[in-house]
Amino acid sequence: MLDSNAVNSAISQSYKHGFVTAIPSDTIPTGLNEGVIRLISAKKREPEFMLSWRLAAYRHWQGMTEPRWSSVRYPTIDYQNISYYSSPLTNNPDSIDLKDVDPKLLATYEKLGIPLSERLSLAGVAVDAVFDSVSVATTHKKKLAKLGIVFCSMSEAVREHSALVQRFLGSVVPPGDNFFAALNASVFSDGSFCYIPPGVRCPMELSTYFRINAAGTGQFERTLIIADKNSYVSYLEGCTAPQRDRHQLHAAVVELIAMEGAEIKYSTVQNWYPGDAEGNGGIYNFVTKRGECRGDRSRISWTQVETGSAITWKYPSVILRGEGSVGRFHSVALTNNHQQADTGTKMIHIGHNTRSTILSKGISAGFGHNAYRGLVKVLAAARGARNHSQCDSLLLGNTCSAHTYPYIEVKNKSSKVEHEATTSRISEEQLFYCQQRGLSREQAVSLIVNGFCQEVLRELPMEFSVEARKLLEVNLEGSVG
Amino acid sequence: MNILEIQNLQVSVMNKPILRGLELRLGAGEIHAIMGPNGSGKSTLANILVGRGDYQITAGTIRYQGEDLIVRSPEERAMAGVFLAFQNPVEIPGVSNARLLKEAFNAHRRYGHLPEMDAMTFRTHLQERAKHLGLSDDWLLRPINVGFSGGEKKRNELLQMLVLEPNLAILDEIDSGLDIDALTDVANGINALRNNLRSMLLITHYPRLLEQVHPDKVHVLIGGKIVMTGGMDLAGRLEEQGYGWLSEVAA
Ligand SMILES: Nc1ncnc2c1ncn2[C@@H]1O[C@H](COP(=O)(O)OP(=O)(O)OP(=O)(O)O)[C@@H](O)[C@H]1O
Ligand SMILES: [Mg+2]
Repeated sequence: MLDSNAVNSAISQSYKHGFVTAIPSDTIPTGLNEGVIRLISAKKREPEFMLSWRLAAYRHWQGMTEPRWSSVRYPTIDYQNISYYSSPLTNNPDSIDLKDVDPKLLATYEKLGIPLSERLSLAGVAVDAVFDSVSVATTHKKKLAKLGIVFCSMSEAVREHSALVQRFLGSVVPPGDNFFAALNASVFSDGSFCYIPPGVRCPMELSTYFRINAAGTGQFERTLIIADKNSYVSYLEGCTAPQRDRHQLHAAVVELIAMEGAEIKYSTVQNWYPGDAEGNGGIYNFVTKRGECRGDRSRISWTQVETGSAITWKYPSVILRGEGSVGRFHSVALTNNHQQADTGTKMIHIGHNTRSTILSKGISAGFGHNAYRGLVKVLAAARGARNHSQCDSLLLGNTCSAHTYPYIEVKNKSSKVEHEATTSRISEEQLFYCQQRGLSREQAVSLIVNGFCQEVLRELPMEFSVEARKLLEVNLEGSVG
Repeated sequence: MNILEIQNLQVSVMNKPILRGLELRLGAGEIHAIMGPNGSGKSTLANILVGRGDYQITAGTIRYQGEDLIVRSPEERAMAGVFLAFQNPVEIPGVSNARLLKEAFNAHRRYGHLPEMDAMTFRTHLQERAKHLGLSDDWLLRPINVGFSGGEKKRNELLQMLVLEPNLAILDEIDSGLDIDALTDVANGINALRNNLRSMLLITHYPRLLEQVHPDKVHVLIGGKIVMTGGMDLAGRLEEQGYGWLSEVAA
């Protein structure tokens, strides 16, 4: 058993992205009402359809109550005490040239390891950089446009590709889907939009890097990805925020649509500020992510590495409508200190011979609280549907907790649903064995944790799996004495 | 100079004395065997040497290469060349043999101010040693000790020793649970590493391994003390007569 005193005397966690960029911003006063929504829509110069969509969502939201069914605990959020829009003043929304981007913003992303200049950027990765409520730059756009791929900020898509937006926005996560999704639909600011035309294999990784900078604001981004017939795209999202002692709300919505024969791989490396060792500050990450395999033989996979946030509440899901479509969910969620995570997935089998796999790895340390919550639902029509779920929990020390809540609803007899779960603890014997071979206790923990999640990390594109390993290491600091 | 010098070592577990004034000197390049009945404190001695917690050292000194060993952390001792082949090696799911060994090997290199070995060179280094013990490449990718048979675990401990090339190796019952061919492989492994600087302590219950290794000395540990020291003939006598005749000496 680990010495729990040593475990509890958590050395302060070194969050490496906790700096603030000093940049003048246009931050609207706190509070939420129709006027605020009209203001956001006006600032973004949106077409009329968008404003009425937002207002309808807002009216719906007003009649809803915050969900309390999950296992996470937090004080009541005062929605009137949040600013719903903040943009760096120097941002020019119409500019497509990096020359026009404020050098301070470029420097911020460089410091985060995301150089935006196309010359310096990671080869093979196109980035949309979202800073507070706005997208400040999108790289490699021209190159992608030659293939007919649209990759731009959501704000731009609403103006420039409104037919696509009108057709698909909210078609997977309806505006009234849940409390946070309705809030997002009312006030969403920016995010990424991506459309891959039929038969095109996107030649580079597309990615969005979300940065919250301003204090007292919430970030409500919205991402929409459409892979048309027989196309392929791999998409990544990364996120960080400054170190602050007040909680900040992040309520995003992501919708994925895969048409016949198309494939979308969506990966997240989530490193929002987790709060300090005592549980002060940190991001509340309340996110709705859902994909629909709309066409036959389409595939959607979610891979997530969740190391940050004070609270993570998200269930990236797949609606398996097309015949023979495939949904996959791979997750690593780490909670240390006072972090809480309630995460999992929903796999909704509608079409014949649809298949889904779920692989969840939860790691708890310190006073961390980690819950897997997943639903596998097989509708009566889903002849020959199959699911396999594997949920593993790893505990460090004895003040943390792990729970697994698998829900299974099967309405078709020819389907096959399997669920396995394990819980293990890193033992003093294991750590000592590694120490006897020359590793420090921290190295030993990181070796064992990496081993525990390697099947998931393997799903990430190369550069990001290296990044994810490092994050796990950093976020485990102080978890053993 | 003695590589290891233990004087008047007294150790308790939960206030129960286990080692009671143990004395031992091991010269550079020497191999000593330690024999003794179950529960006499052999593994306790091994664990103390590698800095395992849960033991209280109530008196005595341990010098390794002339310096105090007790003050050093377990990993420092390991990197300074003290190696223990565990009597009961633990399973570590998810971590391959190759992975642990690469991390460990490079930790040793850094400690010795040497550059880390790149993945390819290390792989060759590892495969050569695995071949010595008749272990396949697949073996190297298996998670540490998970589902290994008793004998396989022992071979794996020896593989780690061959890779890390310690100055002082303590092999705690490396020979138990081995079939006859495996025993010969292990003896060959030990002999291959033998040189005039590297020293070893072999903890064992049987003379068979010793016959193939020819230790310089055989010690008998009873009741927390070395009660007699001799050569191979002593090991043979213990095999024939057990420990009863020694109990007077021990008392
Ligand atoms: N962690 C521990 N907690 C309690 N008792 C212990 C612990 N470690 C050792 N002991 C006790 O100390 C005594 C010596 O044990 P040790 O393992 O050193 O014996 P050994 O000589 O290696 O025996 P064997 O030949 O069976 O391996 C035993 O009585 C054992 O029960
Ligand atoms: Mg023993």
